[in-house]
Amino acid sequence: MKHTLRQVFRSGKFVTGFIIFSAILLTVIFYPMIIRDDPLQIIGQGTFFPPGIYVNIADSMSSTRYILNLDDAAAKRIASKLNDADREAIREWLVGAGIPEGDIDIANTESLLGLWVSNYDTTVRIPGMTNADRNYYIRLNRSLDGLLSEEGVTIAATNPDTNALEATGTVELTEYANIREVANVRILPLGTDNFGRDVLTQLVTATGVSLRIGFVAGLIATLIGLVLGLVSGYIGGVVDDVILFITNLFTVIPGFILLVLISFSIGQEQRGAFVIAVVIGLTSWVWTTRAVRAQVISLRNRDHVNLSKLSGHSIAHIIIRDVLPYIASYVIMAFILQISSAILAEAALSILGLGPRTTDVPTLGLMMNWALIYQAHILGKWWAYLPIILVIALIAFSLNLMNTGLDQVFNPALRD
Amino acid sequence: MKGYRRYFANKLIWFFITLVVAFILNFTLPRLMPGDPVAAIVSRMAQGMSNATGVQAIYEQYTELFGINRPIHEQFFIYVSNALRGDFGYSISQYPRTVADVIRSSIFWTIGLQLPAIIVGWILGNALGALAAYRRGTFDRVLLPASLFVSSIPAFGMAVILLVIFGVSLQWLPTSGGYGYDLIPNLSWNFIWSVIVHYQLPFWTLVLITIGGQAIGMRSMSIYELNADYVKYSRFMGIKDNQIVRYVFRNAMLPQITGLALALGTMVFGAVVAEVVFSYPGLGSTILTASLGQDYPLLSATTLIISIMVLVANFSIEIIYGFLDPRIKAAQAD
Repeated sequence: MKHTLRQVFRSGKFVTGFIIFSAILLTVIFYPMIIRDDPLQIIGQGTFFPPGIYVNIADSMSSTRYILNLDDAAAKRIASKLNDADREAIREWLVGAGIPEGDIDIANTESLLGLWVSNYDTTVRIPGMTNADRNYYIRLNRSLDGLLSEEGVTIAATNPDTNALEATGTVELTEYANIREVANVRILPLGTDNFGRDVLTQLVTATGVSLRIGFVAGLIATLIGLVLGLVSGYIGGVVDDVILFITNLFTVIPGFILLVLISFSIGQEQRGAFVIAVVIGLTSWVWTTRAVRAQVISLRNRDHVNLSKLSGHSIAHIIIRDVLPYIASYVIMAFILQISSAILAEAALSILGLGPRTTDVPTLGLMMNWALIYQAHILGKWWAYLPIILVIALIAFSLNLMNTGLDQVFNPALRD
Repeated sequence: MKGYRRYFANKLIWFFITLVVAFILNFTLPRLMPGDPVAAIVSRMAQGMSNATGVQAIYEQYTELFGINRPIHEQFFIYVSNALRGDFGYSISQYPRTVADVIRSSIFWTIGLQLPAIIVGWILGNALGALAAYRRGTFDRVLLPASLFVSSIPAFGMAVILLVIFGVSLQWLPTSGGYGYDLIPNLSWNFIWSVIVHYQLPFWTLVLITIGGQAIGMRSMSIYELNADYVKYSRFMGIKDNQIVRYVFRNAMLPQITGLALALGTMVFGAVVAEVVFSYPGLGSTILTASLGQDYPLLSATTLIISIMVLVANFSIEIIYGFLDPRIKAAQAD
């Protein structure tokens, strides 16, 4: 046993897979201990906020102000409002409005904005301009307002008595707030999803739930497969014929058909994550049965098993002491593969609209389903779908690697 | 020829048994669920359906079709005879279309997409895997982890990634549908071109998915065969390398063909889900419509059709296998 373990951990593939899988597992365990937010709480009012650090504006205005004289501050401010595409668009408008092309220098912000401010007029119709373009220029014009000004921003409040706006202070352009002194800062490393929920927190919880689904389904499938395979292979006769017949049937009739049919019949209200896991487990034991049966048949007539029979040991004793140890490696490998295929099955079911009900827990499949329904992939909101695909692929990849590593340890013929 | 006849007869009988069991499962599973299936269907209709005429028609048809008051074996024969005539009743979500009509309009898209994609992916994957086993070295060292990772990406993930790269970022190909929204299916050049363009992303997604798994399988089979005694013996005999390679790959191919037959179900599942990502008008999207619209008749008929497709494909693979496997050829000589 010790020897086998040492051999297994010397396999590079197994170790790589093991490290990736452990990293995922540790994240799932420790992340909720550090960040205790409710994964399903809707925090964002709106859909798909991009990843980043969200700083409360009112809090940052009232926190201590520090003056930093940074040379590139003005340039950065302009660049964030006026990128190269905008400059090009301004040039196009000006040319369309009849300004000679030689006068326009899009690299010189000051002269460009000067020309723009003195010439732009929303009522001017440029030939060939669509309504969307018109709206774009109106928005651009609004955002450019006061871009070159070096004055600070005045803060005003409504006077409750007179209802008039009164200046209560100014914010200079050189003033900075220390983000650590701002009372309300929320880090959303992966932004929010279509409901306005924190994607990262939800993703970690979903990974945990999906792993549990994989584990439960894998356990059920492996247990059924192991028992059927042992019984069929060891006892033989009519029992073997019956089990083999059923197994052959379900290798040909796709398991996913049963999965889809059963999930649909159960109905949305009854479909919890656990129920889905059980259904997946009940429809995917075929492979394990086949593998275990084949192994047991080749073991059945080995000398040590015969010796055990002659010694009068019970069937249970023979199976546990003389057969199981020899097929343990196969069973573990089958179990590992079952986990990864169950996680994939849950995800695929959810995308077909047959996943667990949505209100209790997130799963990787449900998150993917929502991202697809709200077209995150078409809208370019990568944080809502890419991390999920990546996590699913990494889980499957690490389990496959571990499996390949084990396979090479236990089947020397495959070794490189 | 006698041995062949027995082999084919055996496969044919097996095909019919599985077909019957698929039918029985499709019939029984809904009935095993707690409660009265017709009542359950009607209660679901009440949630998802606004068309009262539709509800009425379906209720009547389903009491008739399920014939709840009749004995169970009689119900089964009614179901079978209706299904054999291609009568699956009305679709709940798309009333007054019949289920047969909905399926007829989507089945060719699915077959046209999945059959070529799986075949091309299988051939490419096997070629790559064989090459990796034969060449070894860097080619192999790069290819194995790469195909392991690629085959770990679920079909829908691959679909989304390709869609984002080629459909959204580069805008080379359309992102959804089987043809342009502005077109009506006809035989004009314009329409055919639109179908071809829309075909590319789903097709290559399925090919890529298939390649990964097949390449890994073929590689380990070929390595196994290359280490076999007959290879060493042939080398000692001075048989040319080209000839040996041909033997090796022929032997390694056989389990790959069986592997294809066994993996077919999983592949079709992946493909069905990938169809949903591309809103391809095939059976995958039909399952989604059915499950969103709580459309029992449609879902049940779609799963039945997919099982039959998989069973037929499986049967064909086994027939081809019969011609290729030298052991079956040898049995024929007896």
